[in-house]
Amino acid sequence: MTIVEEAPQRIPVQDAAPRLTVRDLQVGFAKGRSTRRVVHGVSFALDAGRCVAIVGESGSGKSVTARTLVGLTGADAVVEAEEIRLSDADLTTQTDRTWRGIRGRRIGFVQQDALVSLDPLRPVGAEIGEALRLHGWRDRAARRRKVIELLASVDVPRPELRASQRPGQLSGGLRQRALIASALALDPEVIIADEPTTALDVTVQAQVLSLLNDAKARGTSIILISHDLSVVASLADEIIVMRGGEVVEQGDAAAVLGHPQHPYTQSLVDAVPGGHTRGERLAPQSSAVPNLHLARDNGGERGEPVLEARELVKNFVTPDGRLTRAVDRVSFTLHRGETLGIVGESGSGKSTSARIALALEKADAGEVRLLGRPWSAVSEPRRRALRPRIGVVYQDPLSSFDPRWNVERILLDAIPADAGLTAAQRTQRVRDLLAQVALPEATAVRFPLRLSGGQRQRVAIARALASSPEILVLDEAVSALDVSVQAQILDLLVDLQDEYGLSYLFISHDLGVIHHMSDRVLVMKDGVVVEEGESDQIFHAPEHPYTQQLVASLARLDAAR
Amino acid sequence: MTAVASTKTAAPRRTRIRVAPGLVVAVVFAALFAIAAVVPQILATTAPTAQDFTAALRPPSFEHWFGTDESGRDLYSRVIHGTRESLLIGIGAAGIALVAALVLGSLAALGDRFTSAIVNRGIEVVFAFPILLLALLLVSILGASAWTQVIAVGVSTAPGYARMVRGQILAAKNAGYVEAARALGHSRGRVLTRHVLPNAVRPLVAVFTMAIGQSIVWASGLAFLGLGVAPPSSEWGALLDAGRAYILQAPWLTFVPGLVILVLALTATSLGKHIQNSLEKGE
Repeated sequence: MTIVEEAPQRIPVQDAAPRLTVRDLQVGFAKGRSTRRVVHGVSFALDAGRCVAIVGESGSGKSVTARTLVGLTGADAVVEAEEIRLSDADLTTQTDRTWRGIRGRRIGFVQQDALVSLDPLRPVGAEIGEALRLHGWRDRAARRRKVIELLASVDVPRPELRASQRPGQLSGGLRQRALIASALALDPEVIIADEPTTALDVTVQAQVLSLLNDAKARGTSIILISHDLSVVASLADEIIVMRGGEVVEQGDAAAVLGHPQHPYTQSLVDAVPGGHTRGERLAPQSSAVPNLHLARDNGGERGEPVLEARELVKNFVTPDGRLTRAVDRVSFTLHRGETLGIVGESGSGKSTSARIALALEKADAGEVRLLGRPWSAVSEPRRRALRPRIGVVYQDPLSSFDPRWNVERILLDAIPADAGLTAAQRTQRVRDLLAQVALPEATAVRFPLRLSGGQRQRVAIARALASSPEILVLDEAVSALDVSVQAQILDLLVDLQDEYGLSYLFISHDLGVIHHMSDRVLVMKDGVVVEEGESDQIFHAPEHPYTQQLVASLARLDAAR
Repeated sequence: MTAVASTKTAAPRRTRIRVAPGLVVAVVFAALFAIAAVVPQILATTAPTAQDFTAALRPPSFEHWFGTDESGRDLYSRVIHGTRESLLIGIGAAGIALVAALVLGSLAALGDRFTSAIVNRGIEVVFAFPILLLALLLVSILGASAWTQVIAVGVSTAPGYARMVRGQILAAKNAGYVEAARALGHSRGRVLTRHVLPNAVRPLVAVFTMAIGQSIVWASGLAFLGLGVAPPSSEWGALLDAGRAYILQAPWLTFVPGLVILVLALTATSLGKHIQNSLEKGE
């Protein structure tokens, strides 16, 4: 509780009692004889039809706060609060039994991943119906009608069919909507949505957000837990920023996003990449080094092509035996020293295109040329000589490291054997690589499992750099990271590009990241490149309706800024 | 629950290592079995073959902890002195099973389409037979002896392990680090020997420990049916077989060796589980 005292916007005291009041909530987890506090003093008041957003990165205590409000913190949690009150009910004194009457009926809970939150063996209709049955809907036919009505109300197409399907048969967006439907089933006073859109594509994300907005307009109060400031911007009236269990800033949404007071909030807001951040640093710098080398405008001068893909086609057989075209006549050219962004939602074929470009996957038609030489058309043993010149960084670095190896071994293995280095030179090279990605030397003896997500991604980048490549393929390389870590990694990538003249094939579903990084952008949908052009042109004057839809979903945070 | 994860990462500050009590028991028993196998005379001073007809078929007492058999031999001493042979049969059978499984499993997972299809079908056909039936068949072909016991049990249990090896290799082959190694330009052979095989074989350490216990149980089953080591050997299965004739007058002659086999199997399984868990947790 550092800045809250100074923050002028405390809880707005209303004449009418707010619907949900939380005063000085403290949550700890008992561990042996000691208790580890993970939430220190969260307070807020929530009125009908309003939304309070709790923002923070992993480990900030935001999810624990949410779970406390539905009594799901678990047996070893120690919850203390001056007051937690839902209209007339005191939530601090509830027992397991009485919680059941509140959970679902009065407070709905929407969890992050609908695939794990829904029972995989039960039709989603039965899952939603269960909530109704537990809260007194005895008549089966009425229950079924209500379920279908609910699914229809969250824009699930063909609700009768969907109600009888299992979660695995539904897409991520449909599952999330089904989960929201089950949270809405009993028309609760408050809905707690814990990262409700995190696993979703941007266009689906927009639909889910508009559903929550509808619920809000009907008078439901919403507690939104999210790390994504653009999601928060579109829904929240009040924002609580948490870090390490502490509230660092709290206040009106527009004020917090537009004029963040606390340095941490500022760094969070600044760390969100987008068009306006092009050529700027995202993460605050420790030293006052001027960012001279960050000028991204190269005056339209392009280097020679280093990676050319022509008319790539890739078909896959779906589990039910049909042939789908994952990549359909995709062509692109990556020039030396530039960043080519490929943006698209899941299933758009962007990752498959990248794998074909890396010659890790065979295309059914089309050709890839690397550094002017045939690449996809030659055999793997002939490709090996060129492999060191193109590197790759994946979204999930942990799975790309051999679990038996420590960082030093991983990097040593990536230094080409024909580099003609002595053992001592190779060890020195490992140290240099670690320095390049700003990791301490001591990281060498550690195992990736014990590193943080950002450190792992740095190791993955160091490994990709080990062979001194000219091209890096970055496949969702920052997508799994917290926004401030993502900012550091993006800064690092920009620095490395400037220093070594690297060319990046940068694949992401995140438009802000793409806009921040790319010189040119390829927009993919259903395996087809729907639009291609200079980054600013794509984002400021999108031509294809799909690109327009994508760009529109970006506008929210900019509007709040 | 992100906060819980952060609680865990703070754990290394606590240096006290908590050892599961089950592990302590298993290690103590494993040590006892090891001593009995290497230097049985430390644990049992009476000779296992010393006969004393005046004290035949005595129930367990202070003098004879496990009782005596029909020739008045001390059962405790026989069990202790039988440990080495029993363990060797178990280790031998598990060894044969795992070596065969490694070869077959690698062929099934890494061979070309033709080889892997044939090996797979072969494994499945053999796997379809009950283990004991297969072992009986082999013993009746090869004749009863300690060696045939080892071979019969090893060969009969191999298909199950072969399928496990095949699965491990396939999983390792599709792991992210294998693709990453390919992207670095490493050759197929280097990827195989550096990444696929070591990662596939690592979990087998645990499997091998458990396989020893299992093999001893199967071998004892064969011996109990009279298809094992011939008397006067005090191999545990043979003890079971010998005690069978007196099961009503002297039940301890079958009960005690049976119990010892059970304890050994439990010890091996428990150790194997712990090895498996610590491997899964990583370094």
